[in-house]
Amino acid sequence: MVAYVMCMALLGLGIYCVLMKRNLIKIIVGLVITEYAINLFFVLISYRKNGLAPIFAADAPVAPETMVDPLPQALVLTAIVIGLATTALIVALAMRLYEKYGTFDIAEIRELKG
Amino acid sequence: MLAIYIVLMLMIIGAVIAIEIKSLLSSVIAVGAVGMGLSLIALILNAPDVAITQLVVEIISVIILIRATIKKDLPESTTEQRVMSGVAALVFLAALVLVGIAVFKEIPPFGQPIMRVAGEYLANGVQETGATNIVASILLDYRGYDTLGEATVLFTAVLGVLTVVRRQGKKSEKSGGGSDHE
Repeated sequence: MVAYVMCMALLGLGIYCVLMKRNLIKIIVGLVITEYAINLFFVLISYRKNGLAPIFAADAPVAPETMVDPLPQALVLTAIVIGLATTALIVALAMRLYEKYGTFDIAEIRELKG
Repeated sequence: MLAIYIVLMLMIIGAVIAIEIKSLLSSVIAVGAVGMGLSLIALILNAPDVAITQLVVEIISVIILIRATIKKDLPESTTEQRVMSGVAALVFLAALVLVGIAVFKEIPPFGQPIMRVAGEYLANGVQETGATNIVASILLDYRGYDTLGEATVLFTAVLGVLTVVRRQGKKSEKSGGGSDHE
């Protein structure tokens, strides 16, 4: 349970960063931290006490009842790769804005208007 | 299990450093430390596929972020914080805490997953798909359409990046659209 609370603290830090910071790169950093916190929650929830990795081997037979939950792991693999793609897109947009306005500050970008 | 709490603590410290430090390059590198912590936790909690993927993705995303911040290491904004964003953050975090308390009452305790669906996959996965790694059999067989959708999102995002970072459009060829962003 303590692990879940710490995971949620990480999520809160990421959301705080997205809402409070004025710098575009800092906002991207907050988004990435939020994403990591959610992936971490999936990894935590799939854990079984004294569980083994969900891989069968011919020379060392393992009972399926002693394995960790493979489903959240498979889902989070998809989420990690999509997270990379969206991060690349956001960074490309931020670099484009920097080229046009010469700043990462969202307040100045908003005031310039075009 | 002590190792998990140590790594989680390091992740939180790394996140605080990433959020509050002035230099953007240091902030990006601290985010890299958070991602490495996630990879370590996946390794400790017997999720080796997640650990490998997270490691690779983490390195690539730190490279992308460093490319965005290098040589334009601007100081933080000098304009003062507005009250509105602070209020919004407070309201949002309060809602998060309330939802979190409600969720923590329902959630199964740490170390005892429910596994209603995954039990079937673990029992029959090897016979039905022929893959000894159950995560791979879920990813590529039971939930193959998810992976197809993931590939579609990836393709669309790459198209978007190429469109956004293209140096010049067709019309602005004469008017010197080739502004160098080095």
